[in-house]
Amino acid sequence: MPNCPECGTEIDLPEDVIQNEILDCPTCGLELEVVELDPVELDLAPEEEEDWGE
Amino acid sequence: MGILSSRIRKEEKTLIKEARGRKELELEVIDPRERIFDPREANQLGDRLDVLLDREISQSRAYHILEMLRTGPVRLINTFETVRICGDKAFTSAVLEKAGVPTPDFRVAFDRKGALEALEDLGYPAVLKPVDGSWGRMLAKINDRDAAEAVFEHKSGLDSHFHDIFYLQDYVEKSSRDIRAYVIGDEVVGAAYRVSDHWVTNAARGGKAHPCEVGKELEEICLRAAAAVGGGALAVDLMETAGGFTVNEINCSMEFKESMKVLKKSVPSRLIDYCLAVGADGEEPTSVQGNSLPSVEGFSLEGEVGVGKCQ
Repeated sequence: MPNCPECGTEIDLPEDVIQNEILDCPTCGLELEVVELDPVELDLAPEEEEDWGE
Repeated sequence: MGILSSRIRKEEKTLIKEARGRKELELEVIDPRERIFDPREANQLGDRLDVLLDREISQSRAYHILEMLRTGPVRLINTFETVRICGDKAFTSAVLEKAGVPTPDFRVAFDRKGALEALEDLGYPAVLKPVDGSWGRMLAKINDRDAAEAVFEHKSGLDSHFHDIFYLQDYVEKSSRDIRAYVIGDEVVGAAYRVSDHWVTNAARGGKAHPCEVGKELEEICLRAAAAVGGGALAVDLMETAGGFTVNEINCSMEFKESMKVLKKSVPSRLIDYCLAVGADGEEPTSVQGNSLPSVEGFSLEGEVGVGKCQ
């Protein structure tokens, strides 16, 4: 089970986890990005940019 | 089919799962951060893709990629022209105004003095918005000239060149809710009230979805608004006034996580249906006659608005 790169908490992965998926750390609340799938590696998700939107 | 996305949120994951569940299509998820696009990219992608759904969270990346692909064989949802209009609130307001779709009065100015004059003309209260913003980010309700002077001074300290554009919109009293409606092709798939105690009702700012029936009046204005910006798959945000609905904004990369709690139809399912239909159709986008971008106080754009074929 991968750990949050910020606080070390073990992160429960959804069964259908996919590349680049954004997950929330339940302890520190940071957004994490799935950067590798096999095996799963997590990194801090990029911070919001001003041109982000819908 | 391709999905252009660097950030897989609940919306993108739902769309990917929906697409992967369709036996008739092969899905390629394209992360723009991992790609170099060159002038041959458009035709090369055409060997693999019939249609590309833009779900890129960075509007700058989306603009540039869609521009490079717009003349190629891959049909784009939405078209570059539609994304360009919806990605800029001033462009959207100008296009809606020209098309005769009810929308709040607005002004655009390019320095603080001009913005103050524009507010005197528009009247207080008014809302200052970044032209390229989303999620209710950096909105300011300006109640009087004192507030305007303070907000404009702060805005002058921001470093993005977009903050040199002062987009000012008439403040519409909307009680505690507005409406988000989902238009896909020529269908209004559904709508939800976004309810909040705050005047900013975006879901990203805590607005909660409640069921909203789509009556004839709402359906008509949504379809007119969508057509004005070129059509495709769009989230139309509206407010209710004594005189009827008014279109506040149109979003070209719709978020639906909160609305899905109350919608009867599935937005992701309809969106994938639409992508398949557009991809199978094989026609290049056409142009809406007479829907060229208008000149608006200090800026103008040339060219016609493209439209994806509505199924």
